[in-house]
Amino acid sequence: MSQYEKKIHRWGRISGILAFIMFTAYPLLLSLYFNAWPYLDALGKGLLGVVPIFYTVGVIEAFTYGPMLGAGGSYLSFVTGNITNLKAPCAINAMKVAKVEPGTPEGEAISTLSIGISSIVTTIILFLGMLLLSTLAPILESPLLAPAFANILPALFGGLAVVFVSRNWKIAVGPMVFMLILFIVQPGLASAVSLLVPVGAVLAIVLSRILYKRGKL
Amino acid sequence: MFHVNHPMLFGLAALVILFVLGQSIFFTVKAWKRARELGMSKSLLASIVRGSAVFSIAPAIAIIIGIITLSKFLGLPLPWLRLSVVGALTYELPAATSAATALGISLTDALTDARAYSTIAWVMTIGSFSGLAIITLFLPKIEKGLMSLKSKDEKWGKIFMDSLFIGMVSAFLGMIFSEIRLGLPGWIPVFVMAFSSLLMLVFGYLVKKKNIVWLENYAMPFSMLGAMIFSIPLTAWIGGSR
Repeated sequence: MSQYEKKIHRWGRISGILAFIMFTAYPLLLSLYFNAWPYLDALGKGLLGVVPIFYTVGVIEAFTYGPMLGAGGSYLSFVTGNITNLKAPCAINAMKVAKVEPGTPEGEAISTLSIGISSIVTTIILFLGMLLLSTLAPILESPLLAPAFANILPALFGGLAVVFVSRNWKIAVGPMVFMLILFIVQPGLASAVSLLVPVGAVLAIVLSRILYKRGKL
Repeated sequence: MFHVNHPMLFGLAALVILFVLGQSIFFTVKAWKRARELGMSKSLLASIVRGSAVFSIAPAIAIIIGIITLSKFLGLPLPWLRLSVVGALTYELPAATSAATALGISLTDALTDARAYSTIAWVMTIGSFSGLAIITLFLPKIEKGLMSLKSKDEKWGKIFMDSLFIGMVSAFLGMIFSEIRLGLPGWIPVFVMAFSSLLMLVFGYLVKKKNIVWLENYAMPFSMLGAMIFSIPLTAWIGGSR
């Protein structure tokens, strides 16, 4: 591990722990200030409704996005959130434009830089959006613009797919066909798409391993 | 007296967001310096900065819509905080709904009960800790595993990384097809995706064959924006709920 890598892990861990404390501070301080502690049975039931799925998703995301985004990028994006719909595609695109590979020191630096910029820009836009909310709300919620925002994921992944499929079509065909059939047969899975990311990844890894062993890649 | 837009709540949210903003700036500066050490040019890095900023605009505006959705029920500070850091609407909305259901209240009117608000805030907070916890505790181990895999066989290491990306892309591509059995309106996301791919191919052609190099940095955000705009007349034409 280089000096920089050691440092980034130290900063990342310190900032992760601080973030943990800061995030907890919001409900804790409001409970203290208003003397409004949660209803325990509702808290338990509410958590039961989200923890089994979202803790699984969180663990899976950590193991899938961690290697993709590199150390700095991962520490930052797991604190700043919106990983699938913003940070990961942004970093992937930046690494492609800079012609660096993920998992290399160069890829790490570019990934961290792009995620950092993306977080800063997002924070500023959300702040402005909140200030101007009464003006913006009617525009953003207008029926005219609704389709554009409903289709943001297809618009995002259409472009990304071209990048990856053109580069690795031999690996991509299998997992894509599998996912197509799966989602067409079981449309309800759309809400659990995060759980299927590792399924696709494992499938792609197994397929590419077979192809690689046979010397086809 | 408690209300969902109490100044104290705004203050708290602002404090947490400022901390996260500080962290982002810190890592950005470190990454820039590191990239310079590794011999990357200032002009390349500046173009990455511009590209990433442009890329983030449309998704960020979509997040504002998420804030609007949640704010009708939870007020502004909590959704502002949750969607500026850690969260995404795909998580925060189910978490708020789950807590509200447990409380037996509906998501349509602004909350008035401070304890109900506190319950929801706690559920949203505790429910989102796992990814951050794993990364904070185990990232060095995850990276070590990856490094040893790469050092054994470099070519396979690269294929392995590409496979991870393909896994992600294929899951989302599948999801985009999940509504096609609903008839033509269910195909709208598919057409939007296809249009985005098409734009990406056109931009790729312009970059490579026509040497419009600056476009490379913006090909992805432009494809995304173009396809989002395309979805407006398309939806009007096909008609449908999306």
